[in-house]
Amino acid sequence: MKKINRRSFLKGGVAGTAAVATTGLSSKASAAGDFGGYPDSMGVLVDLTKCVGCRTCEAACNKEQGLPAPDLPFDDFSVFDMKGHGGQKRRTSEKEYTLVNRYDIPGRDKPIFRKFQCNHCQEPACLTSCFVNAYTKTKEGAVIYDESVCVGCRTCMVACPFYVPTYTYSSAINPVVKKCIMCYDTRLKFGRPPACVEACPQEVMTFGKRKDLINLGREKIKRNPGKYIDHIYGEKEVGGTSWMYMSDVSFDQVGFDTHLGNQPIISYVKDFLAMVPMVLTIWPALFTGFHLLSNRKKANEEKENSKS
Amino acid sequence: MNKLKARGFSPVVTHRKEDGSRWTVKEKLMLGLTPKEYWATQFKNPFNWIIAVIYAVGLPVLVGRFIFGLGWATHSSYDYPWGLFLGWGLFVMVPLSASGFMMGTTVELFGRKDFKSLERLGLLNGLLGYLFAVVFLQVDLGQPWRLVYPMFVSLGPAAVLFLVAWHVATYLSVQVAELVPAFSEWMGLKKPKKFIKSIVLGLTISGIILSTLHQGALGGLFTYTPGKLHPLWFSSAFQWLHFFCSSIFGGLSMLIVVSTLTKWFMKWRCDDKFLKNLDYCTLGLAKGCSLALITYLVIKIIAVAHDNEWGYLFSGWGQWYLFELTAGVVAPMVLYALAIRNQNASLARFAALLAVLGIALNRMNTALWAFNWKLYQEIPHWREVMIAITVYTTYIVVYRFVLARMPIVYSWKGDE
Ligand code: SF4
Ligand code: SF4
Ligand code: SF4
Repeated sequence: MKKINRRSFLKGGVAGTAAVATTGLSSKASAAGDFGGYPDSMGVLVDLTKCVGCRTCEAACNKEQGLPAPDLPFDDFSVFDMKGHGGQKRRTSEKEYTLVNRYDIPGRDKPIFRKFQCNHCQEPACLTSCFVNAYTKTKEGAVIYDESVCVGCRTCMVACPFYVPTYTYSSAINPVVKKCIMCYDTRLKFGRPPACVEACPQEVMTFGKRKDLINLGREKIKRNPGKYIDHIYGEKEVGGTSWMYMSDVSFDQVGFDTHLGNQPIISYVKDFLAMVPMVLTIWPALFTGFHLLSNRKKANEEKENSKS
Repeated sequence: MNKLKARGFSPVVTHRKEDGSRWTVKEKLMLGLTPKEYWATQFKNPFNWIIAVIYAVGLPVLVGRFIFGLGWATHSSYDYPWGLFLGWGLFVMVPLSASGFMMGTTVELFGRKDFKSLERLGLLNGLLGYLFAVVFLQVDLGQPWRLVYPMFVSLGPAAVLFLVAWHVATYLSVQVAELVPAFSEWMGLKKPKKFIKSIVLGLTISGIILSTLHQGALGGLFTYTPGKLHPLWFSSAFQWLHFFCSSIFGGLSMLIVVSTLTKWFMKWRCDDKFLKNLDYCTLGLAKGCSLALITYLVIKIIAVAHDNEWGYLFSGWGQWYLFELTAGVVAPMVLYALAIRNQNASLARFAALLAVLGIALNRMNTALWAFNWKLYQEIPHWREVMIAITVYTTYIVVYRFVLARMPIVYSWKGDE
């Protein structure tokens, strides 16, 4: 069994003992959480320092995925100053699976750009939270989605720590989830790199086996002392992701959530899942017992009363 | 109706009219009034006019949601996939409907027949609350016609929502079964009632199990969001316990509130037994509530201590959190205690109202306000608000309709 996460209440006395007693049962229920990803899965390493914000990847994705024409053309750079719903920076939508945002960092001579799309987690929260199993993590590393079974509860959107899945709210008859699928059916399946990766003129993204990419990243950090932040975002975050990032400014300055921790999201759900078999097995006996006891008590009281 | 009663009218409580002939179902539906009298009383009721106005605006919007899609009715937010429909309709309605299993447990399992006069109201409050939680869910789902997919088409048994779906569905049927006796008395059918009586213990126990699990599971849903929900409202280890424990006093307090409203507005329908016992029952429920409130408060504090989140208490979010706990938990707890000590049922009723509002605040905080605390606040679209009000109004209309007819707050006379 994998180490229980730090938030679990194993430390806590009686309740802890009960939890220990049931973790055996729960390991099956939460088996998805112990799945560390396929060993030979592919990934992409994104070097933010190289990106110039040309938006070629956005255009490539639009074409590859057959998405509707954008509101503004892909060579219009005013989008970087646009604010979306809630005063946020632009985000992906049902019409765009990927986009690039600009971040002006004080003290850095040029702004830095960050490409955003699904990170294709090793243990995806979207997958583990879906109650009709619409998501699949393929052995190549992509997290894909089957719209024919989706009910539209949108739990996957709530669960994804990166706010990735979007929804075609505009459709009344067949609304579905839309997100980057790592070009699975047109490219990845055949061993070819995703469209956005291939289209990039600056070679910002490297496509390869995930474990090789981690080595490559570490190597780059070592060979260029002082250039990169000594961290590959996505190597460990929420259990690791197939898309990983390198940067020369701290990651929280370019819109990454640096407080997500290294536990996959499902590990936070384990405490609840562990309690389910406990209730199922103990409750019926317990409450039938209560019922018998309270009836016996009443019978005794009645006897007492009739005696006196 | 209360005025009619004062003038000597008595609503149907038995199968036979004074002259010995049977009431027809239609006459029973009209409460024993002639159609003309019945509609006259309906027209005179100002509350019906309010409902009419709500429907005039709300029904077209509700229909529009299904024609033009969710995008038309809501802000179509990708950051807040769940809005009012689930925030209010599922996460607030379900704990406030926990009264069904609580009353079943008290009366059938612990044999407290002294609460019998409130049992059916508790069951009805449970059934309707769940039913309308499902209605809200249907309004919110992108493809409501696929509601049964998680049951029969494509199963994702490791997901928390899978558990919620199955348990709410099973529990709904348990609650229907538990109310069959009331319906069969009213219809004059004997067999179903006898059958249910023979399996009532099994029903009650499965009610407890299902309720524990799905009330907890609603909390469990938020354990998927450690990075999104504010740490004060998030607790990986205790979330389900918080939701379950608070549903206990939530359901009971809602029952106190509903019984009070019934006493005020539908006195004509209550029989003497119900009215005479009400104060006693209210104080009894108050006792249960205050115990659950104390437990809840303690595990809330333990959760803060466990994740060492004391620091957050001094932030703006901390103030809001403390407000929720003070107004929604500590205040009703103290008031309940005072009410029990002074045998003051009115005070207990006020405490119940606070507790109900406290639950609503907690669930709305978890689902909407403290959710995405690092991003921005989402203000629901007016159409979304209107639809929520319309569905909730329908809940009240159905509630009132059933209460006025089935033997819930009065006993049926003369089974045949
Ligand atoms: S980033 Fe979000 S949508 Fe993509 S795989 Fe991870 S959890 Fe799923
Ligand atoms: S919205 Fe669809 S894909 Fe997402 S969790 Fe619900 S059923 Fe699964
Ligand atoms: S991997 Fe494919 S689907 Fe994903 S952003 Fe790139 S081009 Fe679009």
